Amino acid sequence: MSQRYTIRLTVNGEKIERDVEPRLLLSDFLRHELRLTGTHVGCEHGSCGACTILLDGQAVRSCIMFAVQADGHALTTIEGVAPDWTASSGPEAMHPVQIAFWEKHGLQCGYCTPGFIMTLIPFLEENPHPSDEEIIQAISGNICRCTGYQNIVAAVRRAAELMG
Amino acid sequence: MTTQLFGQPIKRNEDPRLLTGQALFTDDVKLPDMLYAAFVRSDFAHARILSIDVSGALEMPGVVAVYTAEDLGAYWQPGPLLVPPPPVPDLVFNPRMQVPLAKDKVRHVGEPIAVVVAESRYQAEDAAEQVFVEFDPLPAIVELEDALLEDAPLIHEDLDANLNAHVVQHKGDYAQAAAQARLIVKRRFLYDRGIAAAMENRGVVAAWDARAERLTMWDTTQAPVVIRNGIAAMLGLSEMQVRVIAPFIGGGFGPKIMMFYPEEVLMPWISMRLNRPVKWIEDRQENFFATTQERGQIHESEIAVAEDGRVLGVKDVFLHDAGAYAPYGLTVALNSQCTLLGQYDVPHYHTEFRSVFTNKPIVTPYRGAGRQHGVFVMERLLDLAAKELGMDRVEIRRRNLISPEKFPYNNEIIYQDFAPLVYDSGNYGPALDKALELIGYRRFIDEEQPRLRAEGRYVGLGLVTYVEGTGIGPYEGAKVTVETSGRVSVASGIGTQGQGHFTSFAQIVADQLGVGVGDVRLVTGDTAEFYWGAGTFASRGAVVAGNAINAAALAVRKKILQKASEELEIDQEDLELADGAVRVKGVPASAIKLGDLAARANPTRGAVKPGTEPGLEATDYFGPERGATASGVHAMIVEVDPETMLIDIRRYVVVHDCGRVINPMILEGQIHGGVAQGIGNAFYEQLVWDKNGQLLNASFMDYLLPTADVMPVIETDHMETPSPLNPLGIKGAGEAGAIPVGPLFAQALEDALSPLGVEILEIPLSPNRLFELVNDA
Repeated sequence: MSQRYTIRLTVNGEKIERDVEPRLLLSDFLRHELRLTGTHVGCEHGSCGACTILLDGQAVRSCIMFAVQADGHALTTIEGVAPDWTASSGPEAMHPVQIAFWEKHGLQCGYCTPGFIMTLIPFLEENPHPSDEEIIQAISGNICRCTGYQNIVAAVRRAAELMG
Repeated sequence: MTTQLFGQPIKRNEDPRLLTGQALFTDDVKLPDMLYAAFVRSDFAHARILSIDVSGALEMPGVVAVYTAEDLGAYWQPGPLLVPPPPVPDLVFNPRMQVPLAKDKVRHVGEPIAVVVAESRYQAEDAAEQVFVEFDPLPAIVELEDALLEDAPLIHEDLDANLNAHVVQHKGDYAQAAAQARLIVKRRFLYDRGIAAAMENRGVVAAWDARAERLTMWDTTQAPVVIRNGIAAMLGLSEMQVRVIAPFIGGGFGPKIMMFYPEEVLMPWISMRLNRPVKWIEDRQENFFATTQERGQIHESEIAVAEDGRVLGVKDVFLHDAGAYAPYGLTVALNSQCTLLGQYDVPHYHTEFRSVFTNKPIVTPYRGAGRQHGVFVMERLLDLAAKELGMDRVEIRRRNLISPEKFPYNNEIIYQDFAPLVYDSGNYGPALDKALELIGYRRFIDEEQPRLRAEGRYVGLGLVTYVEGTGIGPYEGAKVTVETSGRVSVASGIGTQGQGHFTSFAQIVADQLGVGVGDVRLVTGDTAEFYWGAGTFASRGAVVAGNAINAAALAVRKKILQKASEELEIDQEDLELADGAVRVKGVPASAIKLGDLAARANPTRGAVKPGTEPGLEATDYFGPERGATASGVHAMIVEVDPETMLIDIRRYVVVHDCGRVINPMILEGQIHGGVAQGIGNAFYEQLVWDKNGQLLNASFMDYLLPTADVMPVIETDHMETPSPLNPLGIKGAGEAGAIPVGPLFAQALEDALSPLGVEILEIPLSPNRLFELVNDA
């Protein structure tokens, strides 16, 4: 297990080069090596979607990928979707999907939220005017234990408005 | 006060941090030199431990230490009894608490046996696989009813039987009710186990700083103050040497307030012993065994009813599954017992339970905390009685509702807060009417259902009521400080797991001090900032901490008025607080910003009058005399596909009364989430055990949590019957959504399938189980 591989990838626009064990999960690499802890881990078996990130613009579950599989790819995590946002910049600097979740109370504990947002960004880019059914379909692979989803659906509708 | 913020749907202060991935959760803590722990857990539900061989693990790369029960020496102690039994006559109570690491015997699958500490989590998990435990398996108690059989294997061998407790309580004399009854309906009801499944698993980081002689602990707990005090006592430290931080918590729902989990006891000890920080993060599979669960009960119940549908009495005798240990006392079973009578005026009640040990994970409260079992039994009994009497299900309910003039209403039995079960206030009839109107009851029953049935469709309606004992004591406290920046800092001892405390509490303070909600910074769950309080449970945060915060803010308001009155040389009555300043009413130019006033109240030179307290700060506490009783009605219309037995919830209505509402947006979110967990509990989630006590579905692939595609749109409406027990008139709301969903499903599905003659006496259901019930009918 001690053999290590060098991987080169882009994370949130920044070029990264690291030596990693081949078995290192991408979620652990992001969270514990790069300290991008906004990507959360809920199940470690690809069921809950909390760890969803973008790989070359597509939503993937980082807990069922190895870091070495991300070699050569461009990743975006929740920290990268609103690069201009800081604690003092005010919420309007957030991504429209984030703003919509805020406005519509689409989160409670907030643990699953980054995964929902990363699932929804490519979805809304491809489907700028989704029906409720399409929204429900799009989020039905992500588990939220707090909200009952109703306000998440409302947030997606609102996000579509804001992005449209 | 210019604009009233209390009652407004204010967007949450905490959200930007959560939405941008900046909020700190326990697993985000990374410290220099940190070690990582992994547990070796029992593969058997019931077995003797013959030997433990850790030598192979110690040789694995990166391993720093491996500990078993023996290594803990005097630190090895069973956990404390969290909740002593209530003062009920002739109560039998045999508490047996969990241990940090199993010594001679394991009593449930997943019980920790050894802990491996290594330089990385991967190395710790590798090494944990090299710990070899020799077991002598014993027969396991899996089914509740097997626990008290004469030849049952003893889970705790120092007891004569697997009996945790036996409690009998009475109101009136049920025998008298039964003798007068026109009808007695008897049934056996089952309510099976489920899990809370918070999206964040549990975790603990402990860091002992030997030079400062301080221990810091990040813990996914709902009760940081209690953890601090307990850990300090166990480790022989002063409470002030221990700081427990419950940072953002990814969902709690009850199981994150089980003091003390073995991992919480062990991480601080390991950190002190190795003089390095150590982290343990539960994985999802561990969560299915190592985190507490709830809900297994079997009820033998009967209801005695008069000709006109009035309930004369109820008798309920049940078995409660405590799991392998019972640190939480009788809370869950008492809640079942004390919530059963619900909104109904029942003169005679015999209630009796036996809590039994089984070889399954520990049972502690999970959202609803036993209340749903009681509501299930009562609502089902009413449905069955109505059917036998040929009465409308709404009519039998209405006829038995406690009328408004009877409050406070005394149910006479003892509740989980050890006080007699007295409902503080309620107005049940109008809520029922509202629910009927919203769901379109008469139209559905008279027109829609007959029409759809004629088309061969299976559509049914459910309508149930419930009460929820909320906001119990003992107390919470808060410290409110106006800082020289003009911002207000509020510290409270409770933890927060998504309930919006950073906002709803800020609204209370903002109203008292005339500042913006965004100017109020809340700290919850950090014992360095506030170290009195009991925790977030029993739908008590808003009620108890909310009122404490209100009291502290009011005290600060008084200080502001007094100081400003001195500075402006004017009577306090002529002052007002608005826009972050105090000013003479109607004279904006006279305004002194609160930050400036705070600075003036904290002089660094000169003299103050004797007795002057510095700054604009106050600490206050609130402890209610007893819990406040929230209530509500759920109604739904459901269609069943007769081929697949899949369901489609066409309407779902909640009419809820939790007294005065601080933030209706947050409240609705609580209701939605509660209903979602209720729906999971009623139709999707079930833990499946084999006869050896092995859990067969310990993953999110196999244990089905509700996803967006199965959730209905929940239509909510609110009533406000203020609680007289606290100045803000609040009742709790956290658990209400989850409580009545089981009986609602049972009634609605029974109604939908009534052409097939199904009777539903159990929860959870599933398409498969419905299919079996239909075939048996």
